[in-house]
Formats: sequence, structure tokens, C-alpha cells
Amino acid sequence: MTATVVLLGLAAGTYGLKSLAPLLLGGRALPRSVAWLVSLLPAAVLAALALVSTVARDGGAALDARLVGLAAAAAALAARAPFVAVVVVAAGATALTRAVF
Amino acid sequence: MPFGVAFGIASADAGLTTWQTSAFSLLVFAGSAQFAAVEVISSGGSALAAIAAGLLLNLRSLAFGVAMTSALAGPWWKRAAWSHFMIDESTAVGSAQSERRWRRYGYLCAGLTIFVTWNLSTLIGAATLSSGGELVTTWGIDATIPAAFLALLWSRLADVDQRRSAVAGGLIALALVPFAPPGVPILAAGVGALAGCRQPRERGAP
Repeated sequence: MTATVVLLGLAAGTYGLKSLAPLLLGGRALPRSVAWLVSLLPAAVLAALALVSTVARDGGAALDARLVGLAAAAAALAARAPFVAVVVVAAGATALTRAVF
Repeated sequence: MPFGVAFGIASADAGLTTWQTSAFSLLVFAGSAQFAAVEVISSGGSALAAIAAGLLLNLRSLAFGVAMTSALAGPWWKRAAWSHFMIDESTAVGSAQSERRWRRYGYLCAGLTIFVTWNLSTLIGAATLSSGGELVTTWGIDATIPAAFLALLWSRLADVDQRRSAVAGGLIALALVPFAPPGVPILAAGVGALAGCRQPRERGAP
């Protein structure tokens, strides 16, 4: 149920944001400060998602093998690995840590 | 393409049916926002928090729309239909062309191509995972979700203001995790973007 509500709400909201300028704003530009803030938002939110999804567990927080996976992903990204390799390295490092400890 | 598979897996892991997962990719069609919403659902957050987290990431499509408006000029129903394909890649390809006609062509080609591959790969990912739940922890598949977010973030970190925004957002969220209901730390992290907002003269660029 929650998933369906989110699906419809997010689809409507996203389409609204995508189409606002082409349908209603004409050629008007966003104020400079707004455009700048909007371009910075994803970095803040994505960093939060990466960290929270690493530590969150059953409504609380737990530090476990997933932390090793995140570190491995960061190392892979620093080495300019493609997306598939980053994800596989993260999963592999996590699975290995779980198998050892 | 691999990112679509990752979304399909994450969505199935969060307990969504294959239909719901596919509907996300068809109707929302915004990769990082879909991922964020599914992550909030998976962590037990409210529907409102999941929608808000996705929209926070999608505010930038407002700026894409502004960039592409002149290229998409035409009757309203055409503009309405084309707007659905407003994503990072279609805007980037479109903006790279100099002539208006080619800007529109580039935007539509990139948007439609990615729409098809994104939806096919989502389906593959969702179908893969719905066949086995035990695999998630044994194979470390749960660790692919933070890795995917980190991969999305990585290219932004070259810019110092983006780095400030990311560090502030990450710290705010981590500080709130033990106290706030699921999803709320993600939304609060949006405030972190202000850390990257310095005065233009401080940036040394006009």
C-alpha cells in the first residue's frame, strides 16, 4: 500500500517538476541563487542516503560488514572502476567479511 | 543499464512487487529519486518521507526544464509528452547541440533510448531478486545499495561546493539516525546543501 502511494505521489511530483518550465514558465530562467541551491541538493541527499543505508537496520543503527562494503566501493570509485565493478566489489567485500567473521 | 538492474534488485529487496517496481521506472523515470524512495520505504519510513526524499533529488529537473524549454517549443501536448524524458542524460545531450532542431533531436534520442533500456533493465533486476531472498545477505547484495548511492554521488565530488554540501548532508543525516523516524534524516540532510552556498565572490567566479 505504502509503495503504491509513493509510486503515484512521486510520479506526479516528478512529472510536475519536469514539465513546469516547458509548459508554464516559457523561457524564464530560475533566480541564480535558487538554481545554485538546486544543483547542490543532490550531493547532500545522496551522501545522506549512502551513509544511512550503510548503518540503518530495523529502525535503529548498526555498524557491520556493510561498512566494509562501502569502503570497498569508495576504493573502486577512486580507481575509476565502472558502475558494475563498484557494486560487485561492494557486495563481494561485504559477503567476504560476513563469511570470515 | 547496470544501474537499472541495481534499482530492480533494490526495489524487490524493499518488498515491492515486480509490477510496482516496473511502474516506478515507467511513471517516475528518474533513477536516483526512484532509488531514494525505495530506500526510504525499505527502511520503514512513511510514504510522505519517501515521496519527499525523491522530490528533493528531482528538484534539479526543474532546472533541466528551464535549459530545454527553447528546444522543446511546440504545441502544448507535445511539450507535455516530451517533458517525461527530462533526465540528466537527455538534457546533457540536448544542451550539447548548437542548433535548436538538433538540441531537440539529441534530447529525444537520448531520452527515449534510456527510457527503453532503463525499463528493461529494471525488469531484469526485479525478476532476478524475486527468485531468492536468502541470497541478499549471503552474497552481500544489501551492500550494493549504499554503493549505488556512493557511485551517483562520486562524480559530483570534484567541485568543492558540492563536497561541502555532501559532507554537511551526510553528517546531519548520521547525527539524526538514532533519534529521528526512518526517512527524516534523509530529508533533513537537504539543509546541508546550504553549506555549499557561498557568496559568488567567495567562489572567485562571476
